[in-house]
Parts: sequence; C-alpha cells; structure tokens
Amino acid sequence: MTSPQIEIQLIAIVVAVACAIPGVFLVLRKMALISDAISHSILPGIVIGFFITQDLNSPLLILLAAITGVITVILVEAIQKTGLVKEDTAIGLVFPALFSIGVILIAKNANDVHLDVDAVLLGELAFAPFDRLLMSGMDMGPKSLWIMGSILLISLVLLFLFFKELKVSTFDAGLSSALGISPIVMHYGLMSVSSVTVVGAFDAVGAILVVALMIAPAAISYLLTSDLKKMMLLSIGFGVLSAVSGYWLAHLLDASISGSITTVLGLIFLLVYLFAPRKGLLSVLYRQRQQRTEVSLITFLLHLTNHSEESERHINHLNEHINWHKVRATTVLELAKKNNMILVTNEIVSLTEKGKEFTDLALAYIITNKDEKIEHMKDDFFLFRG
Amino acid sequence: MNLYEYFELLFTDYTLRTITLGTAVLGAICGMLGSFAVLRKQSLLGDAISHAALPGIALAFLITGAKDSNILLIGALVSGLIGTFWIRGMITKTHLKTDTALGLVLSLFFGFGMLLLTYIQKQPNANQAGLDKYLFGQAATLVEKDVFLMMIVTGISLFVLLLFWKEFKILLFDADYTKTLGFNTRFIDILITFFIVLAIVLGLQTVGVILMSAMLLAPAAAARQWTNSLSTMIVLAALFGAFSGVFGTAISASQNNLSTGPVIVLVASVFVLFSFIFSPGRGLLFREIRFRKNRRDLELQKTLQFMFGIAQTHENVSHPHAIKILNNFQGFTRKTLQKLEEKNWITIAGQEWSMTIHGYNKAKNLYNQQEEND
Repeated sequence: MTSPQIEIQLIAIVVAVACAIPGVFLVLRKMALISDAISHSILPGIVIGFFITQDLNSPLLILLAAITGVITVILVEAIQKTGLVKEDTAIGLVFPALFSIGVILIAKNANDVHLDVDAVLLGELAFAPFDRLLMSGMDMGPKSLWIMGSILLISLVLLFLFFKELKVSTFDAGLSSALGISPIVMHYGLMSVSSVTVVGAFDAVGAILVVALMIAPAAISYLLTSDLKKMMLLSIGFGVLSAVSGYWLAHLLDASISGSITTVLGLIFLLVYLFAPRKGLLSVLYRQRQQRTEVSLITFLLHLTNHSEESERHINHLNEHINWHKVRATTVLELAKKNNMILVTNEIVSLTEKGKEFTDLALAYIITNKDEKIEHMKDDFFLFRG
Repeated sequence: MNLYEYFELLFTDYTLRTITLGTAVLGAICGMLGSFAVLRKQSLLGDAISHAALPGIALAFLITGAKDSNILLIGALVSGLIGTFWIRGMITKTHLKTDTALGLVLSLFFGFGMLLLTYIQKQPNANQAGLDKYLFGQAATLVEKDVFLMMIVTGISLFVLLLFWKEFKILLFDADYTKTLGFNTRFIDILITFFIVLAIVLGLQTVGVILMSAMLLAPAAAARQWTNSLSTMIVLAALFGAFSGVFGTAISASQNNLSTGPVIVLVASVFVLFSFIFSPGRGLLFREIRFRKNRRDLELQKTLQFMFGIAQTHENVSHPHAIKILNNFQGFTRKTLQKLEEKNWITIAGQEWSMTIHGYNKAKNLYNQQEEND
C-alpha cells in the first residue's frame, strides 16, 4: 500500500464513522430522509460560501453550508406546521427548490467559478489526498482528513456528553420534556451535527452518498439489535468495513470509490435484510407461517369442542368443513397429534384431556384478549411449533 | 432572446417547439399521477425511484451497448420497479420505517449506479457520453420521438385512469373498505404504482434524477390547496405541471447558461408558494383574515357584555357613561365602539356612551344564554 492509498482509506473510515453516529439517531427518530434533504439543499450554501472564500475546504464555507442545512429543517417544519401538506411532501418541496437555486447559481457564474454540480454531488475520494494542509510550510496530511477528523471529534464529544439526553428524547419525547430535557434543543442539536457532517463529507464522498453512509449502517444494525449502544457500535463497524472493502472494490474495478463503498453497503444490507435472525425477511416469513398454523390449530380445536356429533369429527370431513386445503388440514392434524391434543380412533377425531384444557385456555385468551397470555400458554403445553 | 421573442419563435422554431411541447406534456403527466402520490402519502417515493432508476440505465447500456433512449428507459423502469417493491417489502416485513426504506433504496441504488457509470467511463471502447444527462437532465436533447413517446404514455395513463377511476379513488381514501367490497386491492395498488414509476422514468431525461421528485410533487401540492375534489385536483395539477413546463422552458431559453430542469422546478415551487398563501379555502392569507375576523367578533361581544354589566346597575338602560370606564377592560378599541354604534346597539355622544334598548336586549340575550349554561 502506498501512502495516498492509506490516506484515502483513513479518510473513508473517518467519514464512515462520523456519518454513522448521527445516522443511528436519524433512523431511530424516523427522520432518515432529512439527511437526504440536507445533502441536497446545502448546495446553495456551498456555492455562496465558495463565492466568498474561493476554497472548498474553508471552515467558513462549511459553516455557511451547515446553516443552509439547518434552514432546510426549519423550512420543512414551518411548512408542515401550516397543515397544508404532510411532512414528507414538505421535505419533497423544500430541497429540490433549494437545490435548483444552487444549480442556477453555479450555471450563471460558470465562467469564474471552478465548481460544478458533479463535483459537489458525486465527490471523488481519489483526489482527496492531493489537497494538503500546509502549516508554516510543513505538510500535515490531507486537508479533508483534518476537517472530517475534527467533525468526528466534536460529534464524539457531544455524543458522550449528551448520550443520556439524546437517548431519552429519541425514544420518549414526552418523558424527556417532563425530565427537563428539551426535545427541541436535542432535535436542533442533532440537526446541526448532521448538517455539519454532511457538509464536511460532501467533497470526500459526494452529497448523495453521504446519505448512504448515514442511513445504511444504522438500518443494518437496527435489523440485528435493539440495544442503542450495540446499534451504534455495530453501525460504526459496518461503516468502517464497507469503507475499507469498498476502497479495494473500486481499486479492482477502477471505478468510483464512493460508488463502491455504497455498493458494498448495499450488499451487506441485502444479506442482513434476508438472513437477520428474528428481524430478517426469511425469519419473519417463517414466523408468520408458524403463527398461521398455530391459529389454524386453535380454530381446529375449538371446532372439536363445539361438536360432539361424529359426522362433524370425521377425519375426511374436516378439510371440507373448516374450508382448508388438504395439505394445510394434514399439517394441522399432524401438529395436534404430535402435541397429544387429539386422538384419532376409527377415523373419528376426539380431544384428549390436554387438548381440552388447552382449548379452554385459548378460548379464555380469545375472550379476554390479553396478548401476553398466549405466549405462556405455548410454553406451558410444550407446544411443538409447526 | 427575451420572453416575447421566445413565444414568437415557438411557432417557427422546430427545436424550441419540441422542447416546449415535451416539458408541457411531462408536466401534465407528472401532475396527474403526482396527485395520487401526494394523496397516498408517497410524496418521497418519486425521489427514491428516480435515484433507483440510475443503475437500470447503466445496466441497460452495459448489456445492449446501445444508447437508444427507449432501451435505457426500459432499464430505468425495471430498476425503478424493483426499488419500489423492495421499499414495500421492507416496510411490511421488517420493522424499518418508511423513511429509512426510502432513504436506503435511494442511496444504495444510486451508489451502485454511480459505480456502474464510472466503470463504463473507464471502458476503452465505451461511447458513454450522454449517460450522465440522466443525472441532471437535459431538456435540449428532447427530439420529436421522445415527445411522441411521452404523449403515448400520457394517453395510456389517462385511459387507464378513466377506466379504473372508481377503483383508484376508493383505494386512495379507504383501502380497508375497498378490500371488503371485494376489489383486488393488490392489483389496483400495483397498477397505480406502475404508472407513477413510469412517469418518473419518463421525466429523467428532461429534468434529471434529483429534481424529478419536485416535478411529481409540486403541481399536486399546489393543486391540493384549491380544491377538495379528486377530479378537480388532478386536472388542476396537470395544468400547473404543464404551465411550469412551458414557463420554465421559456425562462431558461431566454437567458444564457440556465438549465431547464432547475428553472421548471423553481417555477413549480412558485406555483406552490402562491397556492399556499392565496388559495381561498386553505391559504395562509385567508386563514389569517378569518382568524382575525373571528377574534374581532369575539371582542365585540365581550365589550357589549361588559357594557351590559354596567347598564344593568342603572334603572335607565340608556344612562350615559364615560368611555374611560371601559379602560380597565382590554377588549375595546375605537373601532369596536364604532361598530357597536353602526349596529345601533349603543350611541356615542362626545366622551360618553349609552346603550340603546335594542343593544340591551341583544346583550341580555347573549348574557342570559351564558347564565343558563352555567
């Protein structure tokens, strides 16, 4: 590995970690799309800042652009408060308008500005090491590493200082204001940190891919855990993993680094989405099927308790009678037999003692409709899952 | 070229006519289908789908090597549809919320698209110039064939819309009821989503990936302010969309260095802003006026009630009192007094006021009702 390669990976890692921290809270607060809105609407801020400073990495420009980001949030909330349109429509109206202003500003001044929309939106990590920070003639490393490093440091410090407050205001805004922690202050604090991060990261990975780095690691870890601390650590881990492997994928294909980082994130997400234990697609589908069989079982047992006459309980009439397909009827019958709930004698089905008890309890559950009861019941009767 | 010249040229210049017609038709179809997106609370779906279409365009190019815009659009349509159904799958099957699902599809698909685009760029034989026009859109590249395609799609979607009008409408407002009536909600849902995706994909070439969502949203959001009827809203949205297209093209053509997409979006945003403020039923201006009027009426009655309290203590109802004694009560202004006099409830003579019999009875009526309620 050459030194620019190490530097690029270092920048990618720092950006990924810096994005993952606010990203977790955005996903949990159902505000993931705000990051998308901010990443687009900072464009006019960047352009105006660039007119003033003539330097894409100047702190003033970052500040100006971050203010534009916060203004976006305020505008969205103002429109939403009028009640004329829903929140998502408000977001969808504000950011394209601001973005258009930015594009037009660039186009009108295209001759004397070295800035184009592609550069802002797409970014190119490969060029980041060429912009060095010189301090009294000494080479201190790439500028963007310093900028993202300081942003990361600030958000880490804020995170450690206000972790408790952020946590309570994220999960229970009412409790948090009762405890004297203003959810509004937390909200705008988070929004400011997100804006600053987006702005800092845009010229390394591009404005749109910042969104991927913010949302995807958080969403991946949200599918794996429900513990906030674990979720933060996991998303930082996934961010770093995708940053490094994305870099090498780009190296292999000779393609955009930010694009490959996102692609790696996408692949990880797809895997987790399909195979995550408990919350993944496959396990959800499996669980839903299981529950359907269990409901069928209860229906079947209730049917048996209600009918004492033999014609109703004949094994061949069951699937016609409760209107089930043959396969399903057999599954339910097998399950009931395996659990010793029924006895089949001469093709006539009858309930056992255990089956009767279970059915009575299930009936009680259906009448009182207490959610937690049925779970205990399954344990009490050592129900084999279908 | 100024605006006047533009409209003159519109009838003679082929390119200008094609572009204007194209943006107008695009605006109309986006407005029409966007109304459904807005009412279904899928406003940001447009944003996600337009981004999700990018890898489809790149893949279609990679596979066929052709730059024919129709093939690229089919690629965009397929990947847009995959994106839509993945979003739906995420929302229904996992505990990820709508916003996260939209953001994920948006950024992940777009990132993958960028990877493919840069990969294509580095290919030695690739003649890829023109693919990135889908990023920011270039109305100038519209040719008659594209406009023709847009018109066909608009015609088809209009036809389907009219055919399934009842189903679309009922699904929009009460999905559960639709299901109980025995309609195939899944089919209707997929149909309307398909057409929304189609409209988005059509617009990519003209306004680009990023601004497409505004194209879909803004005319519908503006139209929503003027009416409570679905059919009126759709017609209005189509009109707003078409006008934004025409005006946007006109403004951008009359100036140098103005790309059409952003100008169209800004024109549409102006429509939205105007509707937010000036629409008679829901607009902010009229709402504020109504609010103030109600408050004034309330103050008028409060003043009258206070006067009644004073007049009650005197045998002669019309006994004059100094205006000054009303001072410790905040509800009155010079205007309220004038209004009370206009209604012939009080008479004012110099610095004194006195109640008329008419006013006394009116106030007694109000006051007594309150007492009865207590």
